[in-house]
Amino acid sequence: MTATISTTSVTPTRRRRRSARLSPLLVAFVLVPFAVESVWVFWPAIQGFWFSLTRWDGMTPPTFVGTDNYVELAGDATFRGALVNTVIWLVLFGGLSVLGGFGMALVLQKERRFVGFYRAALFTPVVFSLVVTALVWRVFYQPDGIADTLLRAVGLESLIRPWLADPQTALYAVILPALWRQIGYVMVLFLAGLKAIDPALHEAARMDGANAWQRLRHVTIPQLKGVNAVVLSVIVIDSLRSFDIVWSLTKGGPYHSSELLSTYMYSTAFQSLRLGYASAIAVVIFVLALAVILGYLVRAFREEAS
Amino acid sequence: MNKLRTGAFHTGMILLSLLWLGPVLWVVVMSTRSFDDIAAHGVGSLPRSFTLDTYRQAWTDGGELRALINSMLVTVPSVALSLGLAAMAAFALSRFRIPGRRTILLLMLAGNLLPPQILLIPVAKFSELTGLYDTLWALIAVQVGFGLGFYTFVLHGFMRDLPGEIQEAATIDGAGTAQIFTKVMLPLTRPALAALGALSFTWIFNDLLWAITVLRTDDNMPVTPALLALQGQFVSSWNVIAAGTVIAAVPTVAVFLRFQRHFVSGLALGAVK
Repeated sequence: MTATISTTSVTPTRRRRRSARLSPLLVAFVLVPFAVESVWVFWPAIQGFWFSLTRWDGMTPPTFVGTDNYVELAGDATFRGALVNTVIWLVLFGGLSVLGGFGMALVLQKERRFVGFYRAALFTPVVFSLVVTALVWRVFYQPDGIADTLLRAVGLESLIRPWLADPQTALYAVILPALWRQIGYVMVLFLAGLKAIDPALHEAARMDGANAWQRLRHVTIPQLKGVNAVVLSVIVIDSLRSFDIVWSLTKGGPYHSSELLSTYMYSTAFQSLRLGYASAIAVVIFVLALAVILGYLVRAFREEAS
Repeated sequence: MNKLRTGAFHTGMILLSLLWLGPVLWVVVMSTRSFDDIAAHGVGSLPRSFTLDTYRQAWTDGGELRALINSMLVTVPSVALSLGLAAMAAFALSRFRIPGRRTILLLMLAGNLLPPQILLIPVAKFSELTGLYDTLWALIAVQVGFGLGFYTFVLHGFMRDLPGEIQEAATIDGAGTAQIFTKVMLPLTRPALAALGALSFTWIFNDLLWAITVLRTDDNMPVTPALLALQGQFVSSWNVIAAGTVIAAVPTVAVFLRFQRHFVSGLALGAVK
Protein backbone atom coordinates (compact mmCIF):
# COMPACT_ATOMS: atom_id res chain seq x y z
CA MET A 1 0.00 0.00 0.00
CA THR A 2 2.73 2.44 0.95
CA ALA A 3 4.32 2.08 -2.47
CA THR A 4 1.26 3.64 -4.08
CA ILE A 5 1.29 6.91 -2.19
CA SER A 6 3.57 8.67 -4.66
CA THR A 7 1.36 7.75 -7.60
CA THR A 8 -1.33 10.34 -7.02
CA SER A 9 0.02 13.72 -7.90
CA VAL A 10 -1.17 17.24 -8.38
CA THR A 11 0.36 19.07 -11.29
CA PRO A 12 -0.13 18.12 -14.95
CA THR A 13 3.57 17.53 -15.49
CA ARG A 14 3.83 15.12 -12.63
CA ARG A 15 0.60 13.49 -13.73
CA ARG A 16 2.17 12.68 -17.06
CA ARG A 17 5.14 11.12 -15.37
CA ARG A 18 2.84 9.14 -13.14
CA SER A 19 1.15 7.49 -16.08
CA ALA A 20 4.46 5.99 -17.12
CA ARG A 21 4.65 4.02 -13.91
CA LEU A 22 1.19 2.89 -12.85
CA SER A 23 1.02 1.42 -9.41
CA PRO A 24 0.27 -2.32 -9.31
CA LEU A 25 -2.81 -1.55 -7.22
CA LEU A 26 -4.33 0.63 -9.94
CA VAL A 27 -3.58 -1.96 -12.58
CA ALA A 28 -5.33 -4.54 -10.41
CA PHE A 29 -8.30 -2.17 -10.01
CA VAL A 30 -8.81 -2.35 -13.77
CA LEU A 31 -7.61 -5.86 -14.51
CA VAL A 32 -9.58 -7.79 -11.88
CA PRO A 33 -13.03 -6.55 -12.99
CA PHE A 34 -11.99 -6.85 -16.62
CA ALA A 35 -10.84 -10.42 -16.05
CA VAL A 36 -14.14 -11.32 -14.35
CA GLU A 37 -16.10 -9.93 -17.27
CA SER A 38 -13.78 -11.68 -19.73
CA VAL A 39 -14.33 -15.08 -18.13
CA TRP A 40 -18.13 -14.77 -17.96
CA VAL A 41 -18.89 -12.58 -20.98
CA PHE A 42 -16.17 -11.99 -23.59
CA TRP A 43 -14.77 -15.50 -23.76
CA PRO A 44 -18.26 -17.14 -23.80
CA ALA A 45 -19.34 -14.74 -26.57
CA ILE A 46 -16.42 -15.83 -28.75
CA GLN A 47 -17.17 -19.47 -27.97
CA GLY A 48 -20.80 -18.87 -28.95
CA PHE A 49 -19.73 -18.02 -32.49
CA TRP A 50 -17.54 -21.10 -32.67
CA PHE A 51 -20.31 -23.41 -31.37
CA SER A 52 -22.64 -22.12 -34.10
CA LEU A 53 -20.36 -23.82 -36.61
CA THR A 54 -20.65 -27.21 -34.92
CA ARG A 55 -23.08 -30.03 -34.36
CA TRP A 56 -23.22 -30.72 -30.65
CA ASP A 57 -25.49 -32.58 -28.26
CA GLY A 58 -23.71 -31.39 -25.12
CA MET A 59 -22.46 -34.88 -24.21
CA THR A 60 -20.07 -35.91 -26.96
CA PRO A 61 -17.50 -33.37 -28.20
CA PRO A 62 -18.78 -30.89 -30.82
CA THR A 63 -18.04 -31.69 -34.47
CA PHE A 64 -17.28 -28.92 -36.94
CA VAL A 65 -19.94 -28.65 -39.68
CA GLY A 66 -19.17 -25.25 -41.18
CA THR A 67 -22.23 -23.23 -42.11
CA ASP A 68 -24.61 -26.23 -42.03
CA ASN A 69 -26.57 -24.79 -39.11
CA TYR A 70 -27.18 -21.52 -40.92
CA VAL A 71 -28.25 -23.33 -44.10
CA GLU A 72 -30.71 -25.35 -42.02
CA LEU A 73 -31.98 -22.17 -40.33
CA ALA A 74 -32.82 -20.69 -43.72
CA GLY A 75 -35.24 -23.55 -44.40
CA ASP A 76 -36.63 -23.85 -40.86
CA ALA A 77 -40.29 -22.75 -40.79
CA THR A 78 -40.32 -22.42 -36.98
CA PHE A 79 -37.28 -20.17 -37.14
CA ARG A 80 -38.93 -18.01 -39.79
CA GLY A 81 -42.07 -17.76 -37.69
CA ALA A 82 -40.00 -16.79 -34.65
CA LEU A 83 -38.18 -14.18 -36.72
CA VAL A 84 -41.46 -12.66 -37.92
CA ASN A 85 -42.82 -12.70 -34.35
CA THR A 86 -39.65 -11.01 -33.11
CA VAL A 87 -40.12 -8.26 -35.70
CA ILE A 88 -43.79 -7.87 -34.67
CA TRP A 89 -42.61 -7.77 -31.05
CA LEU A 90 -40.01 -5.13 -31.87
CA VAL A 91 -42.53 -2.94 -33.71
CA LEU A 92 -45.52 -3.35 -31.37
CA PHE A 93 -43.81 -3.71 -28.00
CA GLY A 94 -41.00 -1.30 -28.89
CA GLY A 95 -43.10 1.22 -30.80
CA LEU A 96 -46.03 1.35 -28.41
CA SER A 97 -43.87 1.54 -25.30
CA VAL A 98 -41.95 4.47 -26.78
CA LEU A 99 -45.16 6.24 -27.87
CA GLY A 100 -46.93 5.45 -24.60
CA GLY A 101 -43.94 6.33 -22.44
CA PHE A 102 -43.30 9.58 -24.30
CA GLY A 103 -46.97 10.52 -24.20
CA MET A 104 -47.23 9.87 -20.48
CA ALA A 105 -44.03 11.82 -19.86
CA LEU A 106 -45.46 14.81 -21.75
CA VAL A 107 -48.77 14.64 -19.88
CA LEU A 108 -47.13 14.19 -16.49
CA GLN A 109 -44.07 16.42 -16.84
CA LYS A 110 -45.60 19.47 -15.19
CA GLU A 111 -45.58 19.45 -11.40
CA ARG A 112 -49.18 19.71 -10.28
CA ARG A 113 -51.49 18.17 -7.79
CA PHE A 114 -51.48 14.32 -7.59
CA VAL A 115 -49.00 14.09 -10.45
CA GLY A 116 -46.56 12.19 -8.21
CA PHE A 117 -49.22 9.59 -7.53
CA TYR A 118 -50.03 9.11 -11.22
CA ARG A 119 -46.35 8.74 -12.06
CA ALA A 120 -45.89 6.21 -9.27
CA ALA A 121 -48.94 4.24 -10.43
CA LEU A 122 -47.68 3.93 -14.00
CA PHE A 123 -44.28 3.12 -12.68
CA THR A 124 -45.20 0.44 -10.11
CA PRO A 125 -45.03 -2.60 -12.46
CA VAL A 126 -41.36 -1.84 -13.23
CA VAL A 127 -40.58 -3.11 -9.75
CA PHE A 128 -42.09 -6.55 -10.41
CA SER A 129 -40.33 -9.34 -12.23
CA LEU A 130 -41.74 -10.37 -15.57
CA VAL A 131 -42.69 -13.70 -14.02
CA VAL A 132 -44.78 -11.89 -11.41
CA THR A 133 -46.24 -9.74 -14.18
CA ALA A 134 -47.08 -12.88 -16.14
CA LEU A 135 -48.94 -14.41 -13.21
CA VAL A 136 -50.85 -11.21 -12.56
CA TRP A 137 -52.01 -11.21 -16.17
CA ARG A 138 -52.77 -14.91 -16.18
CA VAL A 139 -55.66 -14.07 -13.87
CA PHE A 140 -56.80 -11.57 -16.44
CA TYR A 141 -56.79 -14.10 -19.28
CA GLN A 142 -58.23 -17.11 -17.42
CA PRO A 143 -61.46 -18.60 -18.72
CA ASP A 144 -64.00 -16.70 -16.60
CA GLY A 145 -61.16 -14.34 -15.69
CA ILE A 146 -61.29 -10.58 -15.68
CA ALA A 147 -61.08 -10.14 -19.47
CA ASP A 148 -64.03 -12.47 -20.03
CA THR A 149 -66.00 -10.95 -17.15
CA LEU A 150 -65.50 -7.49 -18.62
CA LEU A 151 -66.48 -8.59 -22.11
CA ARG A 152 -69.61 -10.26 -20.75
CA ALA A 153 -70.46 -7.12 -18.83
CA VAL A 154 -70.51 -5.05 -22.02
CA GLY A 155 -72.28 -7.74 -24.04
CA LEU A 156 -69.36 -8.81 -26.24
CA GLU A 157 -69.51 -12.47 -25.24
CA SER A 158 -68.88 -13.53 -28.81
CA LEU A 159 -65.30 -12.27 -28.56
CA ILE A 160 -64.45 -14.51 -25.61
CA ARG A 161 -61.75 -17.04 -26.35
CA PRO A 162 -58.87 -18.85 -24.61
CA TRP A 163 -56.60 -15.86 -25.05
CA LEU A 164 -53.26 -17.55 -24.36
CA ALA A 165 -54.16 -20.88 -25.95
CA ASP A 166 -55.48 -19.52 -29.22
CA PRO A 167 -52.71 -19.26 -31.87
CA GLN A 168 -54.52 -16.21 -33.28
CA THR A 169 -54.23 -14.20 -30.08
CA ALA A 170 -51.38 -15.72 -28.04
CA LEU A 171 -48.61 -13.38 -29.23
CA TYR A 172 -50.69 -10.25 -28.67
CA ALA A 173 -51.94 -11.51 -25.33
CA VAL A 174 -48.28 -11.71 -24.28
CA ILE A 175 -47.31 -8.30 -25.66
CA LEU A 176 -49.96 -6.54 -23.55
CA PRO A 177 -48.48 -7.36 -20.11
CA ALA A 178 -44.97 -6.63 -21.45
CA LEU A 179 -46.21 -3.18 -22.49
CA TRP A 180 -47.97 -2.67 -19.17
CA ARG A 181 -44.62 -3.07 -17.47
CA GLN A 182 -42.42 -1.20 -19.98
CA ILE A 183 -44.38 2.04 -20.45
CA GLY A 184 -43.62 3.30 -16.94
CA TYR A 185 -39.93 2.63 -17.44
CA VAL A 186 -39.76 4.49 -20.75
CA MET A 187 -41.75 7.31 -19.15
CA VAL A 188 -39.07 7.74 -16.46
CA LEU A 189 -36.35 7.97 -19.10
CA PHE A 190 -38.27 10.66 -20.99
CA LEU A 191 -39.19 12.54 -17.82
CA ALA A 192 -35.49 12.77 -16.99
CA GLY A 193 -34.79 14.03 -20.51
CA LEU A 194 -37.61 16.59 -20.42
CA LYS A 195 -36.38 17.92 -17.11
CA ALA A 196 -32.95 18.58 -18.62
CA ILE A 197 -34.35 20.89 -21.33
CA ASP A 198 -33.68 24.56 -20.68
CA PRO A 199 -37.09 26.26 -20.10
CA ALA A 200 -35.74 29.39 -21.80
CA LEU A 201 -35.93 27.58 -25.15
CA HIS A 202 -39.66 27.05 -24.75
CA GLU A 203 -40.07 30.63 -23.58
CA ALA A 204 -38.26 31.95 -26.65
CA ALA A 205 -40.34 29.76 -28.98
CA ARG A 206 -43.54 30.96 -27.30
CA MET A 207 -42.43 34.58 -27.76
CA ASP A 208 -41.94 33.82 -31.44
CA GLY A 209 -45.56 32.68 -31.58
CA ALA A 210 -45.01 28.91 -31.75
CA ASN A 211 -48.05 26.90 -30.65
CA ALA A 212 -47.88 23.82 -28.44
CA TRP A 213 -47.52 21.43 -31.37
CA GLN A 214 -44.76 23.51 -32.99
CA ARG A 215 -42.89 23.73 -29.70
CA LEU A 216 -43.10 19.96 -29.32
CA ARG A 217 -41.96 19.40 -32.88
CA HIS A 218 -39.16 21.98 -33.05
CA VAL A 219 -37.98 22.38 -29.47
CA THR A 220 -38.78 19.35 -27.33
CA ILE A 221 -38.08 16.51 -29.77
CA PRO A 222 -34.75 17.85 -31.11
CA GLN A 223 -33.62 18.54 -27.53
CA LEU A 224 -34.36 14.93 -26.60
CA LYS A 225 -31.94 13.50 -29.15
CA GLY A 226 -29.64 12.03 -26.51
CA VAL A 227 -32.50 10.39 -24.63
CA ASN A 228 -33.96 9.06 -27.87
CA ALA A 229 -30.73 7.25 -28.63
CA VAL A 230 -30.71 5.66 -25.19
CA VAL A 231 -34.41 4.74 -25.30
CA LEU A 232 -34.09 3.24 -28.77
CA SER A 233 -31.09 1.14 -27.80
CA VAL A 234 -32.79 0.01 -24.60
CA ILE A 235 -35.95 -0.94 -26.50
CA VAL A 236 -34.19 -2.83 -29.28
CA ILE A 237 -32.00 -4.73 -26.86
CA ASP A 238 -34.95 -5.44 -24.55
CA SER A 239 -37.11 -6.65 -27.45
CA LEU A 240 -34.50 -9.04 -28.76
CA ARG A 241 -33.76 -10.30 -25.26
CA SER A 242 -37.43 -10.65 -24.27
CA PHE A 243 -37.78 -14.08 -22.80
CA ASP A 244 -39.25 -14.16 -19.29
CA ILE A 245 -42.74 -12.98 -20.11
CA VAL A 246 -43.20 -15.33 -23.09
CA TRP A 247 -41.66 -18.25 -21.26
CA SER A 248 -43.88 -17.80 -18.23
CA LEU A 249 -47.09 -17.24 -20.20
CA THR A 250 -46.92 -19.56 -23.22
CA LYS A 251 -43.39 -21.02 -23.61
CA GLY A 252 -43.70 -19.90 -27.23
CA GLY A 253 -46.85 -21.94 -27.92
CA PRO A 254 -49.42 -22.90 -28.92
CA TYR A 255 -47.82 -24.37 -32.06
CA HIS A 256 -44.99 -21.80 -31.93
CA SER A 257 -47.54 -19.01 -32.46
CA SER A 258 -45.90 -16.80 -29.81
CA GLU A 259 -42.38 -18.09 -30.38
CA LEU A 260 -39.65 -15.45 -30.34
CA LEU A 261 -36.06 -16.00 -31.40
CA SER A 262 -35.01 -15.97 -27.76
CA THR A 263 -37.50 -18.65 -26.65
CA TYR A 264 -36.77 -20.80 -29.72
CA MET A 265 -33.07 -20.51 -28.97
CA TYR A 266 -33.59 -21.54 -25.35
CA SER A 267 -35.79 -24.55 -26.07
CA THR A 268 -33.52 -25.70 -28.90
CA ALA A 269 -30.53 -25.53 -26.60
CA PHE A 270 -31.79 -26.86 -23.30
CA GLN A 271 -34.78 -29.00 -24.26
CA SER A 272 -33.87 -30.40 -27.68
CA LEU A 273 -30.16 -30.33 -26.72
CA ARG A 274 -29.12 -29.11 -30.17
CA LEU A 275 -26.45 -26.78 -28.86
CA GLY A 276 -24.75 -25.98 -32.18
CA TYR A 277 -28.03 -25.13 -33.89
CA ALA A 278 -29.16 -23.03 -30.92
CA SER A 279 -25.85 -21.15 -31.03
CA ALA A 280 -26.58 -20.25 -34.65
CA ILE A 281 -29.94 -18.76 -33.55
CA ALA A 282 -28.10 -16.83 -30.82
CA VAL A 283 -25.70 -15.45 -33.41
CA VAL A 284 -28.68 -14.26 -35.47
CA ILE A 285 -30.05 -12.45 -32.38
CA PHE A 286 -26.64 -10.90 -31.82
CA VAL A 287 -26.33 -9.72 -35.42
CA LEU A 288 -29.84 -8.20 -35.38
CA ALA A 289 -29.10 -6.29 -32.16
CA LEU A 290 -25.82 -5.05 -33.54
CA ALA A 291 -27.30 -4.03 -36.92
CA VAL A 292 -30.11 -1.96 -35.45
CA ILE A 293 -27.96 -0.26 -32.83
CA LEU A 294 -25.04 0.45 -35.16
CA GLY A 295 -27.44 1.63 -37.86
CA TYR A 296 -28.98 4.10 -35.46
CA LEU A 297 -25.66 5.23 -34.02
CA VAL A 298 -24.17 5.86 -37.47
CA ARG A 299 -27.17 7.98 -38.48
CA ALA A 300 -27.09 9.91 -35.22
CA PHE A 301 -23.39 10.44 -35.69
CA ARG A 302 -23.88 11.74 -39.25
CA GLU A 303 -26.61 14.15 -38.17
CA GLU A 304 -24.27 15.43 -35.49
CA ALA A 305 -21.48 15.97 -38.00
CA SER A 306 -23.56 17.76 -40.64
CA MET B 1 -62.50 26.08 -19.64
CA ASN B 2 -59.35 25.64 -17.61
CA LYS B 3 -61.30 23.92 -14.85
CA LEU B 4 -62.80 21.58 -17.40
CA ARG B 5 -59.38 20.65 -18.70
CA THR B 6 -58.05 19.99 -15.20
CA GLY B 7 -61.08 17.81 -14.51
CA ALA B 8 -60.56 15.84 -17.71
CA PHE B 9 -56.89 15.41 -16.89
CA HIS B 10 -57.58 14.00 -13.45
CA THR B 11 -60.42 11.77 -14.62
CA GLY B 12 -58.26 10.32 -17.37
CA MET B 13 -55.28 9.81 -15.10
CA ILE B 14 -57.34 8.19 -12.36
CA LEU B 15 -58.75 5.71 -14.86
CA LEU B 16 -55.27 5.02 -16.20
CA SER B 17 -53.85 4.59 -12.69
CA LEU B 18 -56.63 2.11 -11.94
CA LEU B 19 -55.76 0.22 -15.10
CA TRP B 20 -52.16 0.04 -13.94
CA LEU B 21 -52.75 -0.74 -10.25
CA GLY B 22 -55.96 -2.75 -10.66
CA PRO B 23 -54.39 -6.04 -11.75
CA VAL B 24 -51.95 -5.88 -8.83
CA LEU B 25 -54.69 -5.20 -6.28
CA TRP B 26 -56.76 -7.99 -7.81
CA VAL B 27 -53.99 -10.52 -7.23
CA VAL B 28 -53.48 -9.35 -3.64
CA VAL B 29 -57.21 -9.75 -2.97
CA MET B 30 -57.29 -13.10 -4.71
CA SER B 31 -54.47 -14.39 -2.52
CA THR B 32 -56.82 -14.12 0.48
CA ARG B 33 -59.74 -16.01 -1.05
CA SER B 34 -60.48 -19.63 -0.26
CA PHE B 35 -60.19 -22.35 -2.90
CA ASP B 36 -63.92 -23.10 -2.73
CA ASP B 37 -64.79 -19.46 -3.29
CA ILE B 38 -62.68 -19.27 -6.45
CA ALA B 39 -63.85 -22.68 -7.68
CA ALA B 40 -67.49 -21.66 -7.24
CA HIS B 41 -67.38 -18.10 -8.51
CA GLY B 42 -64.32 -17.92 -10.80
CA VAL B 43 -61.20 -15.74 -10.60
CA GLY B 44 -63.06 -12.79 -12.10
CA SER B 45 -65.59 -12.45 -9.32
CA LEU B 46 -65.48 -10.35 -6.17
CA PRO B 47 -64.22 -12.06 -2.99
CA ARG B 48 -66.70 -13.80 -0.70
CA SER B 49 -64.16 -15.33 1.69
CA PHE B 50 -60.99 -14.46 3.58
CA THR B 51 -58.08 -16.71 4.49
CA LEU B 52 -54.33 -16.42 4.97
CA ASP B 53 -53.76 -20.16 4.77
CA THR B 54 -52.75 -19.62 1.14
CA TYR B 55 -49.58 -17.94 2.33
CA ARG B 56 -48.73 -20.87 4.57
CA GLN B 57 -49.22 -23.25 1.65
CA ALA B 58 -47.04 -21.21 -0.71
CA TRP B 59 -44.48 -20.60 2.02
CA THR B 60 -43.96 -24.18 3.23
CA ASP B 61 -45.66 -26.63 0.83
CA GLY B 62 -44.69 -24.59 -2.22
CA GLY B 63 -41.08 -24.11 -1.07
CA GLU B 64 -41.16 -20.32 -1.33
CA LEU B 65 -39.20 -19.97 1.93
CA ARG B 66 -36.31 -22.00 0.52
CA ALA B 67 -36.52 -20.06 -2.76
CA LEU B 68 -36.53 -16.72 -0.97
CA ILE B 69 -33.41 -17.69 0.99
CA ASN B 70 -31.72 -18.76 -2.27
CA SER B 71 -32.62 -15.47 -3.88
CA MET B 72 -31.15 -13.46 -1.05
CA LEU B 73 -28.03 -15.67 -0.99
CA VAL B 74 -27.50 -14.81 -4.65
CA THR B 75 -28.70 -11.22 -4.79
CA VAL B 76 -26.93 -9.65 -1.81
CA PRO B 77 -23.39 -10.88 -2.62
CA SER B 78 -23.92 -10.26 -6.34
CA VAL B 79 -24.93 -6.64 -5.77
CA ALA B 80 -22.08 -6.02 -3.32
CA LEU B 81 -19.44 -7.74 -5.46
CA SER B 82 -20.42 -6.21 -8.78
CA LEU B 83 -20.70 -2.69 -7.37
CA GLY B 84 -17.41 -3.09 -5.51
CA LEU B 85 -15.55 -4.32 -8.58
CA ALA B 86 -17.22 -1.75 -10.83
CA ALA B 87 -16.31 1.06 -8.43
CA MET B 88 -12.67 -0.06 -8.47
CA ALA B 89 -12.54 -0.09 -12.25
CA ALA B 90 -14.43 3.20 -12.53
CA PHE B 91 -12.12 4.86 -10.01
CA ALA B 92 -8.95 3.81 -11.82
CA LEU B 93 -10.35 4.61 -15.27
CA SER B 94 -11.81 7.99 -14.38
CA ARG B 95 -9.15 9.45 -12.08
CA PHE B 96 -5.91 8.14 -13.59
CA ARG B 97 -4.37 8.12 -17.03
CA ILE B 98 -4.60 4.41 -17.66
CA PRO B 99 -3.45 3.69 -21.23
CA GLY B 100 -6.42 2.76 -23.46
CA ARG B 101 -8.91 3.65 -20.76
CA ARG B 102 -11.66 4.71 -23.14
CA THR B 103 -11.40 1.48 -25.12
CA ILE B 104 -11.52 -0.60 -21.93
CA LEU B 105 -14.60 1.28 -20.74
CA LEU B 106 -16.47 0.93 -24.03
CA LEU B 107 -15.52 -2.73 -24.29
CA MET B 108 -16.88 -3.37 -20.81
CA LEU B 109 -20.14 -1.57 -21.65
CA ALA B 110 -20.44 -3.48 -24.93
CA GLY B 111 -20.17 -6.73 -22.97
CA ASN B 112 -23.28 -5.75 -21.02
CA LEU B 113 -25.18 -4.83 -24.18
CA LEU B 114 -24.65 -8.27 -25.73
CA PRO B 115 -27.85 -10.29 -25.95
CA PRO B 116 -27.43 -12.90 -23.18
CA GLN B 117 -28.62 -15.64 -25.56
CA ILE B 118 -25.20 -15.77 -27.19
CA LEU B 119 -23.67 -16.47 -23.77
CA LEU B 120 -26.12 -19.07 -22.43
CA ILE B 121 -24.61 -22.25 -23.85
CA PRO B 122 -20.94 -21.38 -23.29
CA VAL B 123 -21.68 -20.17 -19.74
CA ALA B 124 -23.64 -23.34 -18.94
CA LYS B 125 -20.78 -25.46 -20.29
CA PHE B 126 -18.11 -23.42 -18.53
CA SER B 127 -19.89 -23.71 -15.19
CA GLU B 128 -20.09 -27.49 -15.69
CA LEU B 129 -16.38 -27.57 -16.45
CA THR B 130 -15.50 -25.66 -13.28
CA GLY B 131 -17.86 -27.69 -11.11
CA LEU B 132 -19.99 -24.63 -10.37
CA TYR B 133 -23.02 -25.86 -12.35
CA ASP B 134 -26.18 -26.15 -10.26
CA THR B 135 -24.66 -24.19 -7.36
CA LEU B 136 -25.58 -20.65 -6.34
CA TRP B 137 -21.92 -19.71 -6.91
CA ALA B 138 -22.41 -20.07 -10.66
CA LEU B 139 -25.36 -17.70 -10.58
CA ILE B 140 -23.45 -15.16 -8.46
CA ALA B 141 -20.47 -15.32 -10.82
CA VAL B 142 -22.53 -14.82 -13.95
CA GLN B 143 -24.59 -12.00 -12.44
CA VAL B 144 -21.42 -10.17 -11.41
CA GLY B 145 -19.73 -10.74 -14.76
CA PHE B 146 -22.72 -9.68 -16.82
CA GLY B 147 -23.59 -6.56 -14.81
CA LEU B 148 -20.07 -5.16 -14.36
CA GLY B 149 -19.89 -3.31 -17.67
CA PHE B 150 -22.96 -1.14 -17.12
CA TYR B 151 -22.18 -0.35 -13.47
CA THR B 152 -18.60 0.60 -14.37
CA PHE B 153 -19.86 2.86 -17.16
CA VAL B 154 -22.33 4.69 -14.91
CA LEU B 155 -19.93 5.03 -11.97
CA HIS B 156 -17.19 6.24 -14.32
CA GLY B 157 -19.45 9.04 -15.54
CA PHE B 158 -20.23 9.98 -11.95
CA MET B 159 -16.66 9.85 -10.61
CA ARG B 160 -15.26 11.75 -13.59
CA ASP B 161 -17.38 14.75 -12.65
CA LEU B 162 -16.20 14.89 -9.03
CA PRO B 163 -13.85 17.83 -8.36
CA GLY B 164 -10.15 16.97 -8.46
CA GLU B 165 -9.27 19.20 -5.50
CA ILE B 166 -10.59 16.72 -2.96
CA GLN B 167 -8.35 14.00 -4.30
CA GLU B 168 -5.37 16.38 -4.32
CA ALA B 169 -6.00 17.45 -0.74
CA ALA B 170 -6.10 13.83 0.35
CA THR B 171 -2.84 13.16 -1.48
CA ILE B 172 -1.15 16.07 0.26
CA ASP B 173 -2.38 14.69 3.56
CA GLY B 174 -0.48 11.53 2.69
CA ALA B 175 -3.32 9.24 1.64
CA GLY B 176 -2.48 6.35 -0.69
CA THR B 177 -4.49 5.20 -3.68
CA ALA B 178 -6.37 2.63 -1.61
CA GLN B 179 -7.23 5.18 1.05
CA ILE B 180 -8.34 7.78 -1.45
CA PHE B 181 -10.58 5.14 -2.98
CA THR B 182 -12.17 3.89 0.24
CA LYS B 183 -12.16 7.08 2.34
CA VAL B 184 -12.74 9.78 -0.26
CA MET B 185 -14.18 8.45 -3.52
CA LEU B 186 -16.61 5.81 -2.25
CA PRO B 187 -18.36 8.18 0.20
CA LEU B 188 -18.66 10.82 -2.52
CA THR B 189 -20.08 8.27 -4.95
CA ARG B 190 -22.78 7.17 -2.52
CA PRO B 191 -25.78 8.59 -4.39
CA ALA B 192 -24.80 6.73 -7.56
CA LEU B 193 -24.00 3.58 -5.58
CA ALA B 194 -27.40 3.74 -3.87
CA ALA B 195 -29.19 4.17 -7.18
CA LEU B 196 -27.31 1.32 -8.84
CA GLY B 197 -27.68 -0.81 -5.72
CA ALA B 198 -31.48 -0.47 -5.70
CA LEU B 199 -31.63 -1.10 -9.43
CA SER B 200 -29.29 -4.09 -9.53
CA PHE B 201 -31.09 -5.63 -6.55
CA THR B 202 -34.33 -5.78 -8.50
CA TRP B 203 -32.62 -6.92 -11.70
CA ILE B 204 -30.75 -9.78 -10.06
CA PHE B 205 -33.63 -10.73 -7.76
CA ASN B 206 -36.07 -10.78 -10.69
CA ASP B 207 -33.85 -12.72 -13.08
CA LEU B 208 -35.21 -15.88 -14.66
CA LEU B 209 -33.02 -16.68 -17.67
CA TRP B 210 -29.65 -17.06 -15.96
CA ALA B 211 -31.13 -19.02 -13.06
CA ILE B 212 -32.71 -21.66 -15.27
CA THR B 213 -29.53 -21.82 -17.36
CA VAL B 214 -27.00 -22.56 -14.62
CA LEU B 215 -29.27 -24.24 -12.04
CA ARG B 216 -31.16 -27.50 -12.29
CA THR B 217 -32.26 -28.73 -8.84
CA ASP B 218 -35.54 -27.35 -7.47
CA ASP B 219 -33.97 -26.81 -4.05
CA ASN B 220 -31.41 -24.43 -5.58
CA MET B 221 -33.89 -22.28 -7.49
CA PRO B 222 -34.40 -18.61 -6.54
CA VAL B 223 -37.86 -17.09 -6.24
CA THR B 224 -38.54 -16.27 -9.89
CA PRO B 225 -38.17 -19.78 -11.36
CA ALA B 226 -39.70 -21.24 -8.17
CA LEU B 227 -42.79 -19.16 -8.80
CA LEU B 228 -43.12 -20.74 -12.24
CA ALA B 229 -42.78 -24.17 -10.65
CA LEU B 230 -45.42 -23.27 -8.08
CA GLN B 231 -47.85 -22.86 -10.95
CA GLY B 232 -47.27 -26.44 -12.02
CA GLN B 233 -47.65 -27.70 -8.47
CA PHE B 234 -50.87 -25.83 -7.61
CA VAL B 235 -52.44 -25.96 -11.06
CA SER B 236 -55.87 -24.55 -10.36
CA SER B 237 -55.30 -23.23 -6.82
CA TRP B 238 -55.23 -19.65 -8.02
CA ASN B 239 -55.31 -18.32 -4.47
CA VAL B 240 -52.06 -20.13 -3.56
CA ILE B 241 -50.39 -19.05 -6.81
CA ALA B 242 -51.47 -15.48 -6.06
CA ALA B 243 -50.03 -15.74 -2.54
CA GLY B 244 -46.77 -17.02 -4.02
CA THR B 245 -46.76 -14.12 -6.45
CA VAL B 246 -47.23 -11.62 -3.64
CA ILE B 247 -44.39 -13.22 -1.63
CA ALA B 248 -42.10 -13.08 -4.66
CA ALA B 249 -42.84 -9.40 -5.18
CA VAL B 250 -42.41 -8.25 -1.57
CA PRO B 251 -38.57 -7.92 -1.45
CA THR B 252 -38.31 -5.77 -4.57
CA VAL B 253 -41.29 -3.66 -3.54
CA ALA B 254 -39.62 -3.15 -0.14
CA VAL B 255 -36.36 -2.05 -1.77
CA PHE B 256 -38.32 0.23 -4.07
CA LEU B 257 -40.22 1.87 -1.20
CA ARG B 258 -37.07 2.28 0.87
CA PHE B 259 -34.92 3.66 -1.96
CA GLN B 260 -37.67 5.17 -4.10
CA ARG B 261 -35.79 8.36 -4.93
CA HIS B 262 -32.55 6.54 -5.71
CA PHE B 263 -34.39 3.85 -7.64
CA VAL B 264 -36.07 6.30 -9.99
CA SER B 265 -32.92 8.33 -10.52
CA GLY B 266 -31.06 5.08 -11.11
CA LEU B 267 -33.40 4.17 -13.96
CA ALA B 268 -32.71 7.52 -15.56
CA LEU B 269 -28.94 7.18 -15.09
CA GLY B 270 -27.18 7.22 -18.38
CA ALA B 271 -30.28 8.50 -20.16
CA VAL B 272 -29.31 12.15 -19.85
CA LYS B 273 -25.66 12.13 -20.70
